[in-house]
Amino acid sequence: MARITLENLAHSYLPNPQGEEDFALKELNHDWIDGEAYALLGASGCGKSTLLNIISGLLEPSQGRILFDGQDVTHAPTAERNIAQVFQFPVVYDTMTVRENLAFPLKNRGEDASYVARRVQEIARMIGMEDVLDRRARGLTADAKQKISLGRGMVREDVNALLFDEPLTVIDPHMKWELRTQLKSLHHEFGHTMIYVTHDQTEALTFADKVVVMYDGRVVQIGTPEELFERPAHTFVGYFIGSPGMNVLPATVTGHRATLAGHEVALGRDFGRPEGNVALGVRPEYLRLGAEGLPVTVKRVEDVGRHKIVRAELFGQEISVIAAEDEEIGADQTRVSFDPARINVYANDWRVTPQGQGGA
Amino acid sequence: MEKTVNQKAWFLVLPVLILVAFSAVIPLMTVVNYSVQDTFGNNQFFWAGLEWFDEMLHSERMWDALGRQLLFSGIILAIEIPLGVFVALNMPKSGFWSSLCLVLMSLPLLIPWNVVGTIWQIFGRVDIGLLGHTLDALGIDYNYTQDTLAAWVTIVVMDVWHWTSLVALLAFAGLKSIPDAFYQAAKIDQASRWKVFRYIELPKMMGVLMIAILLRFMDSFMIYTEPFVVTGGGPGNATTLLSIDLVKMALGQFDLGPAAAFSIMYFLVILLISWVFYTVMTTIDRREG
Repeated sequence: MARITLENLAHSYLPNPQGEEDFALKELNHDWIDGEAYALLGASGCGKSTLLNIISGLLEPSQGRILFDGQDVTHAPTAERNIAQVFQFPVVYDTMTVRENLAFPLKNRGEDASYVARRVQEIARMIGMEDVLDRRARGLTADAKQKISLGRGMVREDVNALLFDEPLTVIDPHMKWELRTQLKSLHHEFGHTMIYVTHDQTEALTFADKVVVMYDGRVVQIGTPEELFERPAHTFVGYFIGSPGMNVLPATVTGHRATLAGHEVALGRDFGRPEGNVALGVRPEYLRLGAEGLPVTVKRVEDVGRHKIVRAELFGQEISVIAAEDEEIGADQTRVSFDPARINVYANDWRVTPQGQGGA
Repeated sequence: MEKTVNQKAWFLVLPVLILVAFSAVIPLMTVVNYSVQDTFGNNQFFWAGLEWFDEMLHSERMWDALGRQLLFSGIILAIEIPLGVFVALNMPKSGFWSSLCLVLMSLPLLIPWNVVGTIWQIFGRVDIGLLGHTLDALGIDYNYTQDTLAAWVTIVVMDVWHWTSLVALLAFAGLKSIPDAFYQAAKIDQASRWKVFRYIELPKMMGVLMIAILLRFMDSFMIYTEPFVVTGGGPGNATTLLSIDLVKMALGQFDLGPAAAFSIMYFLVILLISWVFYTVMTTIDRREG
């Protein structure tokens, strides 16, 4: 187990990267604290897997250093880093039995037979495959194969970190919950540093202590699920996390007040005078339809069971509002009001910190 | 629902039936016809029953040719399959050099058999051939027209030169289909190079290799043109493979009856070996599944 430090790390797949846009992974400094469970969240192609492969040593970064417990491993091969990684699609050794598959990483390290046997049995119990240990891996279903991959990742006890690259993509939904819960309990039990790559926010928020949100090759926010929800540091985080995502409304902001297409909106805090493209970010949960506020036109209502999602138009812009399941959406609800304490202000897509509130 | 009956549909199948009849059924039946009759010329035929089959089964000449044929196929399979896999493993996986390798390796496959034979016939000549002359100059006694071993080495090397590419290309296709994640996982699991080959590459190549072995076996078992052009079956009968012997018997000696019986048995042997081979391979495949 180790603390993993990334120093000025960046990667480009081009031989001679010129500008910043040539980098698949933009410069990054970060400490992965020993024993924490992280989720790396972002849309496809935002550099999540690149970052993961650099940590595991499958890829050498174009610049910067990686340290494991202060020791430089930037150029060390995967084998020396002592890392386990599980990939998106199941990787099993077809001709081996399930047992041999699970034992493979241990045997390659020359562990003694009785330890291997015991450990394989433990892992098999954990992934629920004890009764198929002697079957060949080839004939198994995709999710059984992926369970073997997970098992092979977890079979070594002394790994520095466990990396997961969207490991549950091919698994049935009900199995997903079960395996994720198992991964979490495994984390509590052994305290490995875990990094879990996913584009599924539910997966990220339920699995991790800290979620690292990536956008366009850049880490835009690192925080607890609650921080990501209440105070998205970037409009992308607001939009990506939450269902539906945060409403972003262009406005001008002066101190405690914002002006939205000529209408004034009270902000709970003083935001100074932000420059550039200024916008208000309000989660649909904190909007309320009713008789007061700004004029809106309701377009349609989606009833998702536990609440209603109202799609409406505010000064020509689409917004989403979450209304309670029992709330009647009627013709008289032509106005929307904001919860002032929950409004975030963004300048050029980055969050503006309210004055007198420090980093919170 | 009422089905419409339209017997005219048979006309759609007719072209295929005619084609197959002329290309396969009628020639084969002609051979069967010859194999049970005897002729003294003059287009007069007499019923001979299974006499020719009996004679051929007891003919030392045919057994010798079969022995040589099996030896030849065995040797070239034993060389071409591992060599092809080895070449495929060491080819550049992508980019310009990969394409160049593929083009260069396809070249021998595009050369007509007759020309392949001629190339090697001249290449190996001691007086004007590059290979033959060089070996001679190095003091190695090499003369494929007189020495049995030299003749065999020449036709085996020629076949390896001609067909290893096919195995390599098939194996390469098999290798290319392995997702990167497998190699990455192997690195994570600290598998040695040998284990990567044994547990990832070989199992993934098994399907195409099976086809390669089958193709190379059938082709080499029927080989005629190349060795015939190079050695003409000699020295003596040393490189007279089954098909060369068959042609000698049928066209050289005009022994139509025995040759017909011979070719039917030849056909059955190929069919039998291919079937056995295929069955064994698919059984292994299923058992592993």
